[in-house]
Amino acid sequence: MKKRIALLCASGVLLAAGIVLHHIGQTVPALAVCVASYLLTGWRVLWKAGRNIAHGKVFDENFLMALATVGAFIVGEYPEAAAVMLFYQIGELFEHMAVDRSRRSISELMEICPDTARRKTPDGSEIVDPEDVQIGDVVLVSPGERIPLDGTVREGSAQIDTSALTGEPVPRAAGAGDAVHSGCICLDGTLEILVEKAFSESTASKIMELVENAAARKSRSENFITRFAAWYTPAVVLSAVLLALVPPLAMHEPFQPWIYRALNFLVVSCPCALVISVPLSFFGGVGAASRHGVLVKGSVYLEALADASAVVLDKTGTLTEGVFEVTNVEAHGISSQQLLRYAAGAEQFSSHPIAVSLRSACGDLPPERDVTDVKAFAGKGVGATVCGRQVLCGNQVLMREIGVPCAQESDIGTVVHVALDGQYAGCITVSDRIKKGAAEAIRALRANGLQTVMLSGDRKAAANAVGGALGVDEVHAELLPGDKVAQLEKIISAQSGKTVYVGDGINDAPVLARADVGVAMGALGSDAAIEAADVVLITDEIGKLGTVMTIARKTMRIVRENIAFALAVKLGVLATSALGLTGLWLAVFADVGVCVLAILNALRALRMK
Amino acid sequence: MKKIYILEELCCANCAAKIEKKVVALDGVQSANVNFLTTKLILEVGEDAVTEVDAQVRRIVRKIEPDVVVREARK
Repeated sequence: MKKRIALLCASGVLLAAGIVLHHIGQTVPALAVCVASYLLTGWRVLWKAGRNIAHGKVFDENFLMALATVGAFIVGEYPEAAAVMLFYQIGELFEHMAVDRSRRSISELMEICPDTARRKTPDGSEIVDPEDVQIGDVVLVSPGERIPLDGTVREGSAQIDTSALTGEPVPRAAGAGDAVHSGCICLDGTLEILVEKAFSESTASKIMELVENAAARKSRSENFITRFAAWYTPAVVLSAVLLALVPPLAMHEPFQPWIYRALNFLVVSCPCALVISVPLSFFGGVGAASRHGVLVKGSVYLEALADASAVVLDKTGTLTEGVFEVTNVEAHGISSQQLLRYAAGAEQFSSHPIAVSLRSACGDLPPERDVTDVKAFAGKGVGATVCGRQVLCGNQVLMREIGVPCAQESDIGTVVHVALDGQYAGCITVSDRIKKGAAEAIRALRANGLQTVMLSGDRKAAANAVGGALGVDEVHAELLPGDKVAQLEKIISAQSGKTVYVGDGINDAPVLARADVGVAMGALGSDAAIEAADVVLITDEIGKLGTVMTIARKTMRIVRENIAFALAVKLGVLATSALGLTGLWLAVFADVGVCVLAILNALRALRMK
Repeated sequence: MKKIYILEELCCANCAAKIEKKVVALDGVQSANVNFLTTKLILEVGEDAVTEVDAQVRRIVRKIEPDVVVREARK
């Protein structure tokens, strides 16, 4: 690098001398000095151009630069020929630095896999390649080190930093028996981890593989650029030939200025700025998302997210926890606590989710020997004798059958009515809890002009209650898994943009697959969810959907900026060159200068917060 | 099977695209992707075509970018 800069400086000094000599009319010494300056920087370009022609590869950058500058010498513009070569080399240097820089940023991003692991041996420990660690081995992780493989903590406790995987800035405590994932950093203690997954199956390796392979699923913009590039270079080179030949031959113009204009065309014909900056921007976007704990499996999905007009969400497991809990107790004639105790006692031996929630809400269950004569009424409820009192609890149908009038059911959740010795004693409401941040997430999506739709297999009343509480635009309830696909298809056909579906990735694989973008709320390490979805929210936070959509929109803006900027400059310079208004200088800028600027712009995607 | 090559000193994005296009067209190659940023060439190749494809990949890269060193990444 230093050598290259020294060469460029020396060449610059020679060039300055050449320009002075040229101006005072010393043509021959000026030519000599300019040739020296030119060869100092340009010999590599000439050599590569010659070698590539020998390889049968004609229209590459080196060939075009060599042709353009040698052409400039021939038409007598030798200070300019040398200057343009120098300028081109400086541009190349900058381009190199910009590429290096983006590669470094990317490798920082990918440095979530440690290169070594410390394996416990009978007499201490040894440093090994993480790929050589077997399932069942024990690895040691000291403060400041990254956990190399997925496993369970066997001994020790520590705060661990999961931010590389989840974007979560607050460290998490891990102690004996806790599952830990590779890629997390152990902050303050020493952990002994029993390895449960091979290196290639561990979380960090999986994430890295996904991020790296995301480039393979190309977006429309990338395919457009590739196709455009294949067409652009030959077209510009052909125009250059026509420009050099047609006006002189057809209109008897002098050859020299038209050849010079044609040389400009050759310099502008390289499509590098476009070919590099668009994938780089997408890569940056995918990288930024992964830093926030969102895996995007291809740039095509980033493009679709930016273009979304509707978000369809599953209810249970996505917007709600999927765990029932007692949300309301209305007791008549006895205390709420007692009501709960009788009901939970009667449901003592049931494994129904509602029974489980009743038991967990009741702090002090009656002893088992005080619960007798347990009867189950399928689909209606249960009955039992609890501490000497006859308890019946169940739905409205059961109450009607035993002739006990009961209160009207509220629309939220499932209501369990309780009768004691044939008298109505109150009711207990059990419902699914709405996830933290779900309401804010819906609000943010709607603020961005997205239509929000909730799908649920649950009863209408329960689904509507959740939908109302969250403020979603539309609710479709009582859907069987197959109905969800049909419903989603209806929504997709009504949309102008793309449709995003968010589910838990466990039982809605067909729906995830049918959506333009399938988003799974995958708990860390759930391979099924990662497999089925296009985008995975690693942490179970629905709010991350808004984050990734913002990243997608910003990335697309950068992509569009780069395409528009590069095309505008190139076409502009082609036009002014054809008219003879601008020279090789500007043409070189349109080549390497635009490339550097486009790379720098693309780097913004990588730095997105 | 999956094969990963590292293309050291790969410094021209357009050439990377050209390499990808040529490699995808090879017999026995199901998919190929050149990632300019990680300088990796990742390809999915039929079991019986591995040796032939290996030679072809090296030939293609030498032709398009003679300065690039092709190195197979360890699995």
